[in-house]
Amino acid sequence: MIALADTAVFALGPTGRGAASVGRRRSHATVLPGFGTSAAITSLVVLSLIVFPLAVLVLRAASLGPAGFLAAAWTPRARAAYAVSLSASVIAAAVSSLLGLLVAWVLARVSFPGRRILDALVDVPLALPTAVAGLVYSALYVKKGWLGQWLVPLGIQGAYSYLGIVLVLVFVSLPFAIRVVQPVIESLDRDTEEAARILGASRVQTFLRVVLPAILPAVVTGFALALARALGEYGSVVFISGNMPFKTEIAPVLIVARLEEFAYAEATTVAVLLLAMSLSLLVIVNTLQQRLARNAQ
Amino acid sequence: MAHARSSTNHSQPLAALLVAAAVGVVGLLIVVPLVSVFYEAFARGPGAWWAALAHDPDTRHAIWLSLTVAPVAVAINTVFGIAAAWLVARFHFPGRSLLISFFDVPFSVSPVVAGLALVLIFGRQGLLGPALAWLDWKIIFAWPGLVLATTFVTLPLVVRELIPVMEAIGPEEEMAAVSLGASGWQVFWRVTLPNIRWALLHGIVLANARAMGEFGAVYVVSGHIAGATDTMPLRVEKLFQEYRQPASMAVASVLAGLALVTLVAKFVIERRLEAESRDLEANRSQTDSLDHTKVEGAVA
Amino acid sequence: MSIHVREISKSFGSFKALDGVSLDVPEGTLLALLGPSGSGKTTLLRIIAGLEFADEGSIEEDGADITERHARDREVGFVFQHYALFRHMSVFENVAFGLRVRKVPQAEVHAKVEELLRLVRLEGLGGRKPAQLSGGQRQRVALARALAIRPKILLLDEPFGALDAKVRVELRQWLRRLHDEIGMTSVFVTHDQEEAFELADTVVVMNHGKIEQQGTPDEVFDHPATPFVMDFLGNVNVYHGRVENGRAFWHGIPIDYPEYPHAQAREARVYLRPHELEIAPPAAVANRLGTSLPASILRVTRTGSITRVTCKPHGSEQELQVDVPTEVAHRLQINLEPGTHVAITPRKARVFVPDPEYVI
Repeated sequence: MIALADTAVFALGPTGRGAASVGRRRSHATVLPGFGTSAAITSLVVLSLIVFPLAVLVLRAASLGPAGFLAAAWTPRARAAYAVSLSASVIAAAVSSLLGLLVAWVLARVSFPGRRILDALVDVPLALPTAVAGLVYSALYVKKGWLGQWLVPLGIQGAYSYLGIVLVLVFVSLPFAIRVVQPVIESLDRDTEEAARILGASRVQTFLRVVLPAILPAVVTGFALALARALGEYGSVVFISGNMPFKTEIAPVLIVARLEEFAYAEATTVAVLLLAMSLSLLVIVNTLQQRLARNAQ
Repeated sequence: MAHARSSTNHSQPLAALLVAAAVGVVGLLIVVPLVSVFYEAFARGPGAWWAALAHDPDTRHAIWLSLTVAPVAVAINTVFGIAAAWLVARFHFPGRSLLISFFDVPFSVSPVVAGLALVLIFGRQGLLGPALAWLDWKIIFAWPGLVLATTFVTLPLVVRELIPVMEAIGPEEEMAAVSLGASGWQVFWRVTLPNIRWALLHGIVLANARAMGEFGAVYVVSGHIAGATDTMPLRVEKLFQEYRQPASMAVASVLAGLALVTLVAKFVIERRLEAESRDLEANRSQTDSLDHTKVEGAVA
Repeated sequence: MSIHVREISKSFGSFKALDGVSLDVPEGTLLALLGPSGSGKTTLLRIIAGLEFADEGSIEEDGADITERHARDREVGFVFQHYALFRHMSVFENVAFGLRVRKVPQAEVHAKVEELLRLVRLEGLGGRKPAQLSGGQRQRVALARALAIRPKILLLDEPFGALDAKVRVELRQWLRRLHDEIGMTSVFVTHDQEEAFELADTVVVMNHGKIEQQGTPDEVFDHPATPFVMDFLGNVNVYHGRVENGRAFWHGIPIDYPEYPHAQAREARVYLRPHELEIAPPAAVANRLGTSLPASILRVTRTGSITRVTCKPHGSEQELQVDVPTEVAHRLQINLEPGTHVAITPRKARVFVPDPEYVI
């Protein structure tokens, strides 16, 4: 018989999981300092500067009641303003997305002298005050302007026109379209493209079937961001559109016009409608960006 | 995984065409307008440019006003940005996600809507109108209103810079500082701040550019009173309305010059940020790759 | 300084990290918390440091209740797993940090830091930044930094986890010598059994938020209290057998087991360590019937000084591992090739009888 050095009697029983002792639960301080102070400052600013003002805006508009709200927000002039705002923004966002894709592609994939400078220039619309952009664009496209002198005789009115609105909206939204797509193109897995080429796909086919599906979420996000930016734009449009009601008046211009007439009801309701559009876009953009992040994993 | 940059999949003529197209787009949309500002501003010589800026009292006032409103708004947002980023990056609490989404709101709200909301509270017929009138405090149509409006539109800029950086660095260094006996202020000043300084600077530079250039929100709350509540962008517009294009261009050129300075500063800071984030990744992967040997050496 | 942990419990959401853990750390001990990931060892360490707070239970330090005391007032030295060095400060400033926040005068700071840098053999490197140091050097800076504030207890979270094998071994020996020199009570967390055994006076084996066993390295290895400890420490062959009448049976081979004298047979588990099995040619054990198992060799692997022979006992599908020191293997008159018939004799075995209600 084998002599054992040691044995142990051990009952493999269930652990004490079932018999959870209900001791006292304490609330305790945090290990890292500053929770109280940072929470106080943050909530003070967020509440007083963001939540409170926007809540007041919405409530003021709501106080008109549904019928009153509709009457004030849905006037013919307002409808025209929404149409101009939305259509110009959508067109501008689409143009920005397309041009942005081109520029992003070139910046990400092609090396050429001056690439760094081009890359830095893309940020100009982010840093340049919109008033300056508006001033300069209108100066360029009027009959005597650098560009207008050739375009106006061709019938292309860049200033004091709908086209002018689209032009400045493309200007302000272009960086958003580019900067969302550029990193995605940079991090594309080149191997899949090479595999496609080796399998016989042409450049166009490779782009359409391999590259485009991979960057499409980013392009769409870029479109949404560009649209959000364009929708809220005011400063540059004021200079270039001529602000003609029913023709080239965007919603923010209408709001200001009504405000100057002390027509608070219409100003407020149009603002709330514009706010609703902007916030919905924000939600859509956030969801898109989450989806993009998930797909990237 | 980023591959080494190469133009492998483009033939020479195609690459050239694409580059030309991209340069054309950026040139037409961005460079030409930018150049024309400076050209138009100095078209009549530097003397006229200076006269437009310095000899017009309303313009002088507008410059002074911009230089007093923007820094205050940026200062408020810096304090807010640091506090909010600390709160969100270092603690978990119910409502945290909602709070983070609030930070994005000023980005997506039209500045005119923001200005209107402020008027509805602080204006004469607004919520606090009577109380303010009684205290004889002027907010709308006065300097405080301009600061509030500018603060609103630049709110996200600093906090959005800081949150990712603080999350990437992690709380370990701050925990170490606490375990070594540091007080809250000491932790912040000695450990946190040095770690976030470039991101903070980046946010401040962007916020300042935005603050100086803000138009819509300030337009609404200022009442647009020349010589009293016009900031530089508003002055540009006022001069434009008065058909005084050269003067308008002169003021615009100052703003454009500031934008270029901003871009240069931004570029320099971004290089530092990239270097730091590369170091972070290098350190992380160094410890990670060594962790593999750790796993093998474990339970035999 | 001694620490007494009493009935500590901690949950993260629905995950119970620690379940009523109690532990005594006598003054001057070097104690290892050993266990797999998720066992709660790091959580326990952090609770002792004050970097986490327990949901239930208490901690006493030299008789004083420090359960609610904040980390900065606990006078513990904590060395983080990834060092957490202040990246923008020099080595000198890192080590000096604890002194600076206590407003110690400059001259004293200088002297103390230099002394510590000498202690950890980093003198002259005070001006470097952490990024310019190797992993082992960073580890020593983290240690010096923790020691600067004269802590009453030193806590180390997987101190050598992120290092090269060779550096690890060196630093281990160095840490043990340092502890012998300073004599400070120290607790460190590791999942590396070898590390725990080499360094610690006391080993505490943890699993699923509970302490499985506590004792000196020898005690824990030679007399494992639970199957988990047995399994966790070193390779082990596990078999199903049965117990009756004071004996356990493994493949018909009887093993004394006086703890179960009853006649009714019960299922049991038999644990055999590879180096506690003998391997011999069948002829050699012919006259020791009933105490050895006929088997065939499946594979032979040589890992340094140990030859690992994987066998298949005849009549069983389960593999059996036998570890033989390579010199001994040479002296055996066996052809160590796949297919050779051998006889396996257990020198030692451990038996665990499961609770009848507990489903294996």
